[in-house]
Amino acid sequence: MPLNILCCVKRVPMTGGRIVLQADAQAIETRHLGFTISPHEECGVEEAVRLIEQHGGSSTVLTLGPAEAEEQLRDCMALGIDRAILLLAQDEFDGQATAAAILEAIAAERAAGTEYDLIFFGNESADAGGYQVGIRVAHALGRPCATGLKSIALADGGLRCEQEVPGGRDVYQFALPAIVTVKEGLNLPRYPSVPGRMRAKRKPLETRTPVRPAAGVERVRLVVPEGQGTQAEILGHGPDAAPAVVEVLRQAGLV
Amino acid sequence: MAVLVLVEHVGGTADDVSRQALALARGYAEAAGQPLEAVLIGAGADQAAAGLGDLGVQTAHVAVHDGLSAYAPQAWGRTLADLVERLAPVALIAPGSERATEAMAHAAAIADLPLAANCIEAAPGDPATVTRLRWGGSLLEQARLHGAVKLFTVAPHMVEATAASAAVQTTVAEFTPALTDADLAVRVVERAQTDSGGGISLADAKVVVSGGRGTGSAEGFAPVEALAAALGGAVGCSRAVTIAGWRPHTDQVGQTGTKIAPEIYIPCGISGATQHMAGCKGAKRILAINTDPDAPIVANADYAVIGDLHEVLPAITAAIAKARGG
Ligand SMILES: Cc1cc2nc3c(=O)[nH]c(=O)nc-3n(C[C@H](O)[C@H](O)[C@H](O)COP(=O)(O)OP(=O)(O)OC[C@H]3O[C@@H](n4cnc5c(N)ncnc54)[C@H](O)[C@@H]3O)c2cc1C
Ligand SMILES: Nc1ncnc2c1ncn2[C@@H]1O[C@H](COP(=O)(O)O)[C@@H](O)[C@H]1O
Repeated sequence: MPLNILCCVKRVPMTGGRIVLQADAQAIETRHLGFTISPHEECGVEEAVRLIEQHGGSSTVLTLGPAEAEEQLRDCMALGIDRAILLLAQDEFDGQATAAAILEAIAAERAAGTEYDLIFFGNESADAGGYQVGIRVAHALGRPCATGLKSIALADGGLRCEQEVPGGRDVYQFALPAIVTVKEGLNLPRYPSVPGRMRAKRKPLETRTPVRPAAGVERVRLVVPEGQGTQAEILGHGPDAAPAVVEVLRQAGLV
Repeated sequence: MAVLVLVEHVGGTADDVSRQALALARGYAEAAGQPLEAVLIGAGADQAAAGLGDLGVQTAHVAVHDGLSAYAPQAWGRTLADLVERLAPVALIAPGSERATEAMAHAAAIADLPLAANCIEAAPGDPATVTRLRWGGSLLEQARLHGAVKLFTVAPHMVEATAASAAVQTTVAEFTPALTDADLAVRVVERAQTDSGGGISLADAKVVVSGGRGTGSAEGFAPVEALAAALGGAVGCSRAVTIAGWRPHTDQVGQTGTKIAPEIYIPCGISGATQHMAGCKGAKRILAINTDPDAPIVANADYAVIGDLHEVLPAITAAIAKARGG
């Protein structure tokens, strides 16, 4: 059974060792940073590509973000996704508004004859961590949804999924069409190949511009938590430091 | 017009993260001048509900429905949304555990209300004001929370689980939510046991020794494993290691890996990216081993040894053996 799969990803900065904010405390200073997507979402993209390789069909990647987010969409297409949808938004939308914009795009796709059998989300976005966009989309579409998945298999026209819980894995089984939110560890994503990168440049990318509604979770300001960057006590250099380390371990009651 | 809290429970008592959520919610309810009420779902809910007096809960609503015997996320969400409709509380608050968060997102979707996840502070009002975690806790966001009912979760292990200043008598009230077949379409059909290999789980380990890109290879973990074994601890790693395929993702510490809370954390050859640090904020002490004195991990550790992990770790393991032998 060929599948039609959609993956939703979000462009975020690679913050490195320290987060620096812009003067107005509304956003991270990203001038010297590269960008990526959440590892959870990378695993969603990899799973979609594998499913299409096995079962045939077509895959689409979607993001709501600035024009520069085309970079992340091309990265996903370099891994094997067929086409991309860019929903242009300069400022971050909250969870409700993000879901609404994605739903509008899905409705437009449907009107153009494209129905998705399976939609991948990250369990949570890397930056906002709202834990909600996938579930909101599932409700609006009236489709089953399981979250935080570490294993997905097609079985009898439906899905058999596993979620890690303390002491084991909980198994869910339900029919397609469906929504899943996934976590890193679902698979080990491939690296893009050079031919993959070349092909990605020519793959189709559609752009739409949703309106940003008033935010239900409305940012006042960002704050870097205290306690970042209090220098460590240097116990020594090289192997000679071993006795000082043992002393620290002794104080902790471990030796 | 109560403040309603979803309380999760094990063995007939409220669990730790729910007690933390109740502590924050109690302050919120006092500031709002409203009573604190709870909602409980699943086996053992009755018993847990009756024990909430010390935590200041005046009324505990226990959901009773055949469909709620196995975990079904949308059914939990419907149960919450249903109760919100009946009680019209000023706020619905839940612990930030995976299940409670999932149920809250379903409730928010059903009721079409905003939801703020992982809050560490909240003050009532219209809008309410909250401080919430972004980037797994590496960044905070102060926000105005709108909506007729304020929906938010409380970040685990960030708020102290205090008891109420005066215990109250909790009234237990049962209710039956109106669940549809669709609400029960996704539910746990089976619990697969995972083989822990008999080792110590990363999340619960008292000592964690982790290796990063600085180990150089899968084989480069030998001195990391040796020190972990000497201390009876677990081995962890950074994401650079898992994406290189040197260790399984189950070993990864960080924002998208495991969150650890050991007595001592020993990261070796790990630079200390914010996403890695998000996983070890619960560590009592951090002892970093790194060739680079300017690595962010050194700035964020309590102790550091500057040097090559392949030389430093064997020396530490040997010194431990010597200290124990002598
Ligand atoms: C959304 C998102 C989520 C992420 N989630 C996680 C996560 O959960 N966990 C995680 O770890 N990362 C995560 N990352 C990745 C993170 O940003 C870093 O890329 C990663 O942690 C780097 O791993 P590292 O420190 O091993 O490698 P590097 O950053 O390359 O650091 C290697 C360090 O080893 C030192 N070194 C080199 N050789 C030696 C030696 N012989 N002896 C001693 N020291 C040596 C170097 O000085 C350097 O400090 C995430 C990233 C994003 C964007
Ligand atoms: N701006 C966005 N564009 C596309 N997908 C998004 C966006 N924001 C969130 N998502 C998707 O929704 C998931 C959950 O996000 P959140 O609810 O913010 O934690 C993410 O992992 C993405 O898959």
